[in-house]
Amino acid sequence: MSAPTLPLDSATVPTHDISAPVIVFEDVKMSFGDNEVLRGVSFHLPRGETKAVFGVAGSGKSLMLKLALGLIRPDSGRIVALGEDVTQMPEERLFELRGKIGMVFQESALFDSLTVRENVAYRLMEEHGIYDENIDRRVREALRFVELEHTLDLNPSELSGGMRRRVAIARAIITQPELLLYDSPTGGLDPVTSNTIIELIVKQRDVNKTSALLVTHRLQDAFTMATHQFDKQNNRMVALPPGQHCDVPMSFLVLRDGKVIFDGDLHSLANSEDEYIQEYIS
Amino acid sequence: MELISPTDLAKEKVLTVQDYVLFCFQTVANLFRKPLYFADMIQQADTIGVGSLPIVVLTGFFTGAVLALQASNTLERFGSITLVGQLVSTSMVRELGPVLTSLMVAGRNSSGMASELGSMVVTEQIDAMRALGTDPMKKLVTPRMVATVFMLFFLAIISDLVGLVGGLAIAKLLLRLDARQYWANAWETLVFQDIFMGLIKPVIFGFIIATIGCFYGMNARGGTQGVGRATTQAMVAASVLILAMDLIVTRFLMATLSYH
Repeated sequence: MSAPTLPLDSATVPTHDISAPVIVFEDVKMSFGDNEVLRGVSFHLPRGETKAVFGVAGSGKSLMLKLALGLIRPDSGRIVALGEDVTQMPEERLFELRGKIGMVFQESALFDSLTVRENVAYRLMEEHGIYDENIDRRVREALRFVELEHTLDLNPSELSGGMRRRVAIARAIITQPELLLYDSPTGGLDPVTSNTIIELIVKQRDVNKTSALLVTHRLQDAFTMATHQFDKQNNRMVALPPGQHCDVPMSFLVLRDGKVIFDGDLHSLANSEDEYIQEYIS
Repeated sequence: MELISPTDLAKEKVLTVQDYVLFCFQTVANLFRKPLYFADMIQQADTIGVGSLPIVVLTGFFTGAVLALQASNTLERFGSITLVGQLVSTSMVRELGPVLTSLMVAGRNSSGMASELGSMVVTEQIDAMRALGTDPMKKLVTPRMVATVFMLFFLAIISDLVGLVGGLAIAKLLLRLDARQYWANAWETLVFQDIFMGLIKPVIFGFIIATIGCFYGMNARGGTQGVGRATTQAMVAASVLILAMDLIVTRFLMATLSYH
């Protein structure tokens, strides 16, 4: 398994206190009518770490990502992203904050009226107005990172599901955000394509040191991420010996009935005595 | 089917009106906030204006023609068939040109906007746009509103003119009237109030078409079925609102412009 060459090689530059967590959830509650989805969720994501969020369908995993991005406001509680309280911010300021956060949506959410090139360049075009040489270079770099440089002038409808997901990753990382939010990036994909995408996420984590919140149903993907590291020299993801798993900046969070029932590393998850967690990971 | 109590239904309708008013306010307010998406405005003007030209021309022509034909029957009884030009021009300029053009544009574009934006909502493209730091109201709604208002103004003028040509075709070919007399009658009968009324209406109707289409699109819920529902509702709501507004605007302008 080899990853594409030439990543966007500068590591993410933090814009706030580097010792502070990039995301903090404090007793966040959210309901839709009578359906109480989140019932006091609290956790934090340290800088440089990737946290995989598990839970059954409808447990509010994707909702947590939208809350972190300020796309939806919680009924109560506090959410801090990159040092800013997103629950109190006006929409205008949220647009600025979102410039430092990248999100990969469940179904890619590529703009179907734009080409791959325009989709990936979207954020830069919004900032600079015109598509110049510099933007073109960065678009090509981002697409090379996901091995899709040849799709520049195609429309999203001409791409496969896996390719769309990779273009969505390229669109999210083109500005080197401080924080990445992945909403089921491998959902509905075949194992080979899933592996390629997991490798890209690991590469982004280990090469660019980007913090990430990853929602997934696929335990094996998160376990792969927790047991592998990206080898920059050989440009591929390599498995670590069991004793070195704790070196990987990776943690797990499990949601049940709207509450966090587990938040810790791979070792704690594997040794958890909670019946539900044991059943979930078995 | 679930039954809704009249109170809940009334509350829901009032809430929708309130949301629509806020939506309109935000659409207009965005005209004074950067960035302004000129390229999107021009692209929408092409889609809405140039794209609607064929149906507007056909509607205008046949409306003018049938108006002349219907009027001739009544005017002939009073020996005033030469007044066909007057009747066609005042009816087209004051009423039928703006209203029928708006209804045709609403049918084509209000539903089009609702389905396009609705599809973007249900496929999370609107969320993606917000996540990428762009305000969808500024990027998608305001350019559509500006383009519709601007283009409907000119489409209504074209419709008026083509309607007069339609009337002329009937007057000349079937009623055997003199073309110069028809044009002279049609032109001389128009006063400032007629033209003002005929030009202010498309501006108001254009605003209704765009905001209703975008409002229903941005509030589409429930997958493809929701998009279909939003499309139908947008078309119906825009058409009814245009006709209702037409009555109000006509009454208001007749009172304020001292019509006799």
